[in-house]
Amino acid sequence: MRFYVPCDSAAVSVGADDVAAWLAAQGHEVVRTSSRGMFWLEPLVEIDSSEGRLGFGPVTPGDRLEDRALGPVAEIPFLKNQERLIFARAGLTRPLSLEDYEAHGGLAALRAARAMTPDEICRQIEESGLRGRGGAGFPAGIKWRTVLERPGPKFVVCNADEGDSGSFADRMVMEGDPFLLIEGMAIAARATGAERGFVYIRSEYPAAIARMRAAIATMRDAGWLDGFELSVRRGAGAYICGEETAMLESLEGRRGTVRAKPPIPAVSGLFGRPTLIHNVLTLAAVPWIVTNGAAAYRALGRGRSTGTQPFQLAGNIARGGLVEKAFGVTLRELVEDFGGGTATGRPLRAVQIGGPLGAYVSAAMLDLPMDYEALAEAGAMLGHGGIVVFDDSVDMARMARFAFEFCEIESCGKCTPCRIGAVRGRETVERILRGQDVARNIALIEDLAEVMRDGSLCAMGGLTPMPVLSAIRLFPEDFDRAPRAAAE
Amino acid sequence: MVDSATVDDICARHGDAPDALIEVLHDVQEALGFLPEEALARIAHRLNLSRAEVHGVASFYHDFRLRPGGRVTLRLCRAEACQAMGAEALIEAVSRRLGAAPGTVSAAGVAVEHVYCLGNCALAPAAMVGDRLIGRATPEAIAARLADAGV
Repeated sequence: MRFYVPCDSAAVSVGADDVAAWLAAQGHEVVRTSSRGMFWLEPLVEIDSSEGRLGFGPVTPGDRLEDRALGPVAEIPFLKNQERLIFARAGLTRPLSLEDYEAHGGLAALRAARAMTPDEICRQIEESGLRGRGGAGFPAGIKWRTVLERPGPKFVVCNADEGDSGSFADRMVMEGDPFLLIEGMAIAARATGAERGFVYIRSEYPAAIARMRAAIATMRDAGWLDGFELSVRRGAGAYICGEETAMLESLEGRRGTVRAKPPIPAVSGLFGRPTLIHNVLTLAAVPWIVTNGAAAYRALGRGRSTGTQPFQLAGNIARGGLVEKAFGVTLRELVEDFGGGTATGRPLRAVQIGGPLGAYVSAAMLDLPMDYEALAEAGAMLGHGGIVVFDDSVDMARMARFAFEFCEIESCGKCTPCRIGAVRGRETVERILRGQDVARNIALIEDLAEVMRDGSLCAMGGLTPMPVLSAIRLFPEDFDRAPRAAAE
Repeated sequence: MVDSATVDDICARHGDAPDALIEVLHDVQEALGFLPEEALARIAHRLNLSRAEVHGVASFYHDFRLRPGGRVTLRLCRAEACQAMGAEALIEAVSRRLGAAPGTVSAAGVAVEHVYCLGNCALAPAAMVGDRLIGRATPEAIAARLADAGV
């Protein structure tokens, strides 16, 4: 019998390799595919049937599979209710099989793009309304046009330094569908006239690095890169290198310190040349847009947030995983309908959206629609679409302390508001935790937050106040500490 | 004494290009276990950089070790998603069991490190032994992976 077992590192982290070996030892054929992104069911194994793939999970070697039967996988509500464009192949294909990729719709966009002029491709992207998925939500088409209009040599760089807690969609693309990202980059190179490209991947993702390297070689050998010279560069454990200018410094072999903008990278980026920089998910959306047209993409979403967003349900959540939905889905639908509430079964108390620099929201705010503008209005941000759920055991004052501590550890040190502000902020929250002059110290933090927000060179220092201030505003009771002994 | 042929080979493989410095440092650390002073000097010479520039980069990134590390590296995630699932308690329990706090090396040679996100946030708390990712990590699961790695 043929079994499909994911090779995604999250699936492997809970025993998928052991399950694959166990099935193989019984004489079964085992096909290692990408993951569906339903991580609470991993290791999830599948078989073919007349009703499509049938699933079993979570499986441990020695299990009676019937006891783990889930029925037709495509009918599982978590999957069925999604709108998967980027993740259409998730769980279906072998990541490094170009044949599988093509059989499931891959390469059609690149084939079409080869027959289009750079201007035509750029127009498609402009008309689609695609916005950068790295966090800032900047219109992709403007970047493409800017780079196209500049003289070469030019670069396309994929920012795969996915460091936000609660995010794993980039990792899933690179490990599970690497050809999709490469196809998106090859189209971007063609549209902007770039001859050279890099994928900058964080070192915490060894499986993604290995798979991207292998997939690039396969695409090159199969003649799909048309002379576009693409390679992988590893990060080295610095969160700040997810900031685009720090990433450029790192790609040039230097300390990952932030550059002042302007000039923007589309004008003067890598080695001072025009550089198109996008997050993995932005580039991975390109093939679908080119194949299906800008109008079809625009038809999805809400307002100026067009298309779909891969949301990532993480932390204290019963059904954690990847949910790709059109913009406009509410936080409640994501966390309750898809996610099933907290993993511990205790009441949900806080949700952090958009990584360590994103705001916390309270249980009362779950009806927020998820789009760039609505979140900004609520004092929050989408970031990279990571959604981290906390139950009622969370101490929000400690989380505020952690936000400053994280900034202290990861600040590149170039600008003072971030470098010094993070340290002073942590110390001040620690005074609050000890119950020392609480009202005065909260006022001090609010003052410091303004300096960091307005005076920092980049989002690291500029947005660290966001989790801190949202925690103070929404959970004041956690900051209302009684004085404790000085010894603590 | 550092075998400069190893360093030379690695630099040559990257075309002695100064922009490949981080790749070179990764490869040299993989070969030697850490980045000794003489190796940094040799890299600076090969890549036509100053020793200060190479030291600046090696000391900036969390991945690079300027002193010998352990036989195996255990990374424990303490980012928000893992904290939401009890990472702080896990880190404390594991540190106690190994007799080594994050940032130190245990008697058995386990270098314990904090890390901020391993991209396994739906299966928190997460840890990593060498290159092996662990989801829904417990002290027992971590001990088993460390045993697989020979400690």
